[in-house]
Amino acid sequence: MNKRRPSTLRLAWKLLTRDWRAGELTVLASALLVAVAAMTGVAFLTDRVGQAVEMRAAESLAADLRLDSTRPISDDYAALATANGLRSAHLSSMPSVVFDGEANTLAAIRAVTAGYPLRGRLKTSERLLGEVEVTDTIPAPGEAWAAPRLLARLGADTGAEIEVGGTTLRVTRVLDFRPDEGWSFVDLAPTLLINDADLGATELVQPGSRVSYRMLFAGQRDAVDAFKDLLDARLAEGERLRDIQDTNPQIRSSMERAGRFLNLASMVSVLLAAVAVAMAARRYSHRHRDRIALLKCMGASESTILRSNVWQLLILALVGGAVGSLLGFIAQLGLAWLMRDLIGQQLPAPGLAPAVLGMITALSVLAGFALPDLARMGKTPPLRVLRRDLDPPRLRYGASWLAGVAAVLALLLWIMRDTRLVLTIFAGATATFLALGITGALLVKALRGFRGAAGVAWRYGLANIARRGRESVVQVVAFGLGMMVLLLLSTVRTDLMTTWRQSLPENAPNQFLINIQPQEVQAMSAFLTGHDLAAPRFVPLVRARMTAINGEDVTQMTFEDPQGESWARRDANLSWSDTLQADNRIVAGTFWDPSFRGAEVSVEEEFGRELGLALGDEVAFDIAGETIAATVTSFRTVEWDSFSPNFFMVFAPGVLDAFPATYITSLHVEDARRDVVLDLMRQFPSVTAIDLDAVLGQVRDVMDKAALAVQAVFVFTLLAGLTVLWAAVQATRDERRYESAMLRTFGASKRRVLTGVAAEFLAIGLLAGILAATGATLAGFLLAENLFDLEYHFSLQLWLAGPLLGMLFVGLSGMAATWRVITHAPVNVLRAA
Amino acid sequence: MSTSQDNHPQTVLKAQELSKQVSSPEGPLTILDRVSLDVREGESVAIVGASGAGKSTLLGLLAGLDVPSSGRIWLGAAEITALDEDGRAALRADKVGFVFQSFHLLASLTAIENVMLPLELTGTDDAGPAALQAIRTVGLEPRKRHYPHQLSGGEKQRVAIARAFVVQPSVLFADEPTGNLDKRTGEAVIDLLFKMNADTGTTLVLVTHDLDLAERCDRILFMDAGRIERESSRSAGH
Repeated sequence: MNKRRPSTLRLAWKLLTRDWRAGELTVLASALLVAVAAMTGVAFLTDRVGQAVEMRAAESLAADLRLDSTRPISDDYAALATANGLRSAHLSSMPSVVFDGEANTLAAIRAVTAGYPLRGRLKTSERLLGEVEVTDTIPAPGEAWAAPRLLARLGADTGAEIEVGGTTLRVTRVLDFRPDEGWSFVDLAPTLLINDADLGATELVQPGSRVSYRMLFAGQRDAVDAFKDLLDARLAEGERLRDIQDTNPQIRSSMERAGRFLNLASMVSVLLAAVAVAMAARRYSHRHRDRIALLKCMGASESTILRSNVWQLLILALVGGAVGSLLGFIAQLGLAWLMRDLIGQQLPAPGLAPAVLGMITALSVLAGFALPDLARMGKTPPLRVLRRDLDPPRLRYGASWLAGVAAVLALLLWIMRDTRLVLTIFAGATATFLALGITGALLVKALRGFRGAAGVAWRYGLANIARRGRESVVQVVAFGLGMMVLLLLSTVRTDLMTTWRQSLPENAPNQFLINIQPQEVQAMSAFLTGHDLAAPRFVPLVRARMTAINGEDVTQMTFEDPQGESWARRDANLSWSDTLQADNRIVAGTFWDPSFRGAEVSVEEEFGRELGLALGDEVAFDIAGETIAATVTSFRTVEWDSFSPNFFMVFAPGVLDAFPATYITSLHVEDARRDVVLDLMRQFPSVTAIDLDAVLGQVRDVMDKAALAVQAVFVFTLLAGLTVLWAAVQATRDERRYESAMLRTFGASKRRVLTGVAAEFLAIGLLAGILAATGATLAGFLLAENLFDLEYHFSLQLWLAGPLLGMLFVGLSGMAATWRVITHAPVNVLRAA
Repeated sequence: MSTSQDNHPQTVLKAQELSKQVSSPEGPLTILDRVSLDVREGESVAIVGASGAGKSTLLGLLAGLDVPSSGRIWLGAAEITALDEDGRAALRADKVGFVFQSFHLLASLTAIENVMLPLELTGTDDAGPAALQAIRTVGLEPRKRHYPHQLSGGEKQRVAIARAFVVQPSVLFADEPTGNLDKRTGEAVIDLLFKMNADTGTTLVLVTHDLDLAERCDRILFMDAGRIERESSRSAGH
């Protein structure tokens, strides 16, 4: 026979394929497949839904990328965009008074080129309050499309000939919606959309006129990213790039929350599946101690065994990664298909990145959680072939699991790129694990007390739990963990999702009224009440310019964050209040008492960070030539998606009261009663109404899509939870089968064996259920309070469902696992052992 | 005891002053006490004794599966006790075959795959045909694709014998090879074992309770309390 250097890869391959055929790898491979499929399924789906959400967000920019400038934008940019495979369009806007005969009003003229908007679509109607249609064109030269507010102010409708600067344009349609409507205090005047070809004739572009130029870009994501980097390097003074990250804070806030839900769901899936992999690997290596001893006895060295095991894991990871990714892809296709009506639009095709992620997941999970056990197997003494009680040295689980945890932590940090979220969840998971472990051990110990009080079968069952000690704790924890996630998913998830949706109720404010004079506040209140609309809260607003921070002139200061610099250079809207608004939360410092009067200011957290502010800093403002100063005493987070009037800077009463203020408010007006708003504007001509329905619709849409994705993603988490349960049942299956066969051999009746097994599993199920309910309650509470800023509702169902579900599920699966012993002759089991 | 001499078979296995102590709750426990022996090439040696006499410990040490507390062992020209675990493993791969009381077939492998395993470990090219030949020799070709749980005890032990001989070992260690078999099956298995031993010229060291079985060997070592109390050989009688 020819001998050559033995190939451990060949050996590994043979052992692995034979194990696979003999069903030895089923649990491990299934756990791995669930891990990878969960990860990639989530990644594929979130990739696609994320793209859809981004597209929706891009609509509010009317582009993927927008270049803003105070000077005309060079056509070189357009050429550059074309060369990079992007589409582009020009948009020039300026305020101008337009005339319809004698009537006149201030309008925001927006001159656009063909293709505008690059993302999203315009909606127009033939006349005021007419039927709204979607259009893909822009006004033809000589024509203009006017916003309803503009026509209301002019008392005109379509067909009107409007003087715009040096030319006259015919209003052919009502512009009901443009995707980049957004809302800001800068953009107050109603829109008149005209063709860029008419811009010259209007003669509005003169030296010194307030024209802002924009160029819009859109295309494939990669191309846009590359182009953004390219532009960043070339930006001239006065030019600024905006991408979808800079879109409306309402949509961003909503997307961030959705992102947290999705990330949480996929993280939990991976962690759970990793636990299942660890349990399956443990069983696999446990079952293979004899094989290792035999191989060593036949001359395999420890390093050969180790290399062979590493190869086996590598092959398993590659195959598992590929098949799991494929499963993830198919599952995601199915989910997308199921949700097709709800999504209401074609999802973009997924990228390939999730498949790579699948491979990396498989490798990390196996390397982290299966390798330590398999590596330890290499240390099985060969003498075990003669003395079966000889085991490999005990695995130091603390150290080896640390490796696994580190591997998965690194993976998750890499995927999520959200250190705070990952670390929070990880700390939570570790605490949960420890708490479950300690409580599990205590419960198992407590069970010993009941042994004397039960019948023979029960005594045997309970004695088994106590005898297995460590194993029982592991099982209780595994079952508890699996069920805890199921409970969290079934009850807390619904609570969280409902609460989340409730944060944007049906009657969320959809109209912002600004520029309300102090003397108009009462009259407007009366007007609204008279029209059966609830009198809203009027919030004062004072325009000011920041002059100094801690005595240093802001125009001379350099800011780390360019956004901070732009805040410091432009007019700010200040407000004051004696109480903290309900949708605000203090994150640092303290908010003043309602009776307090003094020079203090509460700053929105992100705004403060961009300006580099800290507690105790003094900020000074110039208001109509007078300087005021206040000390920063707190930082707040603001739920921008609540659609209530909110301010970056809120002063304590007593500082701004003396200055001329206007008031703003927000209210909800039913679609059918929009004429009230038109009436209101006629009665209070200086007041400006801003229609938020479009933005509101966008936020709702984002929320709905995200909620849907989250629900779908939880399906994977559910599967991962079930795999943990399965692995837990399998973990002691061999031992149980053997013991039951022994009992039968000694003459125990089928019924007695069954009752004993049932007693053991029911007790484990009960303990696990109690743990799961406790864990789910705590986890739900902590998640709601800390991560999602939602209010948590205690659920009694959970405490009923936990123990019941535990007893039912664990009891049934345990009995199913040992059923063969009872229905087959015990000799078969003993012989196979 | 024999020594190697010209015109005589060479010593293939030699142990010198072997002792083995283990720790126990009552302090150190000596389970093997200064045992020395020589085994010649092609010889068959039975180690007999009551439970706890130290038979299996001695077998484990001779086969290089365990290390003695003191003393030295040579297998062929190599001193096992001077090798590390990897060195001992390489030596086992090259020179040693095993048959165990509990068969130690791998449950996930078919009969023929179990026989192929040691060949595959040593990187032998034609593991398949060689294993088939071995399976044929033990008369189990029709059952070569059966898994261990589908075989009877006797069949399992025949597979184990095929597996032990397929690597053409210079020494075959057998630990109670009939311990798990009924008398008739045990005899058939032993017939096979001795036939293959004779055919291949392999040296056989076996541990057994069974005096009938022991008597078929060239030499019997009687152990008690960790020592070789006496020995007898077929030529010398008991």
